[in-house]
Amino acid sequence: MIEDLHDLDAVASLADPVRRRAYRVVADEAGPVGRDEVAEALGVGRTLAAFHLDKLVAAGLLEVSYARRSGKTGPGAGRPAKLYRVAAAEHAVSVPPRAYLDAAELLAEALEQAGAEQTLYRVAERHGRRRPKTEVTAALTEQGYAPVAAGPDRIELRNCPFHRLAEQFPPLICGMNLAMITGLLDDGWIARMDPAPGRCCVTLSKK
Amino acid sequence: MSSFHLAQMNTARLRAPLEDPSMTEFAEGVALMNDLADRSPGFVWRLIGDSGDGTIAAPSDPSRIYTLSVWETPEHLRAYAYQSQHLEYLRRRRDWFIPNGHQAALVLWWLPAGQIPTLRQGISRLGRLQAAGPNPDAFTFRELFPAPSPVAG
Repeated sequence: MIEDLHDLDAVASLADPVRRRAYRVVADEAGPVGRDEVAEALGVGRTLAAFHLDKLVAAGLLEVSYARRSGKTGPGAGRPAKLYRVAAAEHAVSVPPRAYLDAAELLAEALEQAGAEQTLYRVAERHGRRRPKTEVTAALTEQGYAPVAAGPDRIELRNCPFHRLAEQFPPLICGMNLAMITGLLDDGWIARMDPAPGRCCVTLSKK
Repeated sequence: MSSFHLAQMNTARLRAPLEDPSMTEFAEGVALMNDLADRSPGFVWRLIGDSGDGTIAAPSDPSRIYTLSVWETPEHLRAYAYQSQHLEYLRRRRDWFIPNGHQAALVLWWLPAGQIPTLRQGISRLGRLQAAGPNPDAFTFRELFPAPSPVAG
């Protein structure tokens, strides 16, 4: 489980600097992106961009979908464009072998059984409050939440840094997220539980 | 269309009677969340108690409550339980419920579409889960078992 060579291959495919930047461009977008946008962002040709994107697909780091981007449908709308987005699978390589997720699962299960949720929420909020106070988007980015503005008064978080754990212990881990984010925030914003598929269960709104 | 549906039962012990001021938000939430369940995709059925609110107290222990419901698939139940406003109530469960310790509080099982489970069946399934761990007859979200294959013919 720990020495998974497939995971090593996936991570090793990011060793090429251009490919790593291509992955970053796709990961930073809110929706699927085409090779032209990636080529433009990287300042390379479309063929080279497509080469790196397809290598990332082969490594399991990106997924492909097809859609017509012009909004047209029917005959004359042209071929659907090949679009790329980050794959759902996670890859971790640890040298020497470490299994922190296994430990986190045991701790989460024990916390639930003990009914110690409130203690976890207090610890998480204090942890958030101890981070250096920076602009809200920068603070959330640094913690891995991939914040994106959804209108002037609302921020959604496209990544849950604890996704696998949150799937197994939703109330506990989403509650921990809410408390930690609440601790991170300055006075202008309020965090609330607002779950939806494909993003963090917490959203932020202006007070 | 699957010929099996997913039944769920969960149980909790209340920290105080539902009439107690400390339980007001929970008591109000029960009606809201039942209403949300009824409107949720994949919802099939839920047990409605004498009070009409879906929170069934055990005859021998008024502090022990149950919910019993049927859904088309585990994904439908998961979306309702964990990807709706319901999650906020789950997050706050220790405000209102005594911890379960090592005893499972939620059990899932498959039943033929069209059948309706009884509370007695649910309590029996929970007993099987507690005694034997997750198995095809009594399991959890963390260890789901697939629906039985429809009998050919």
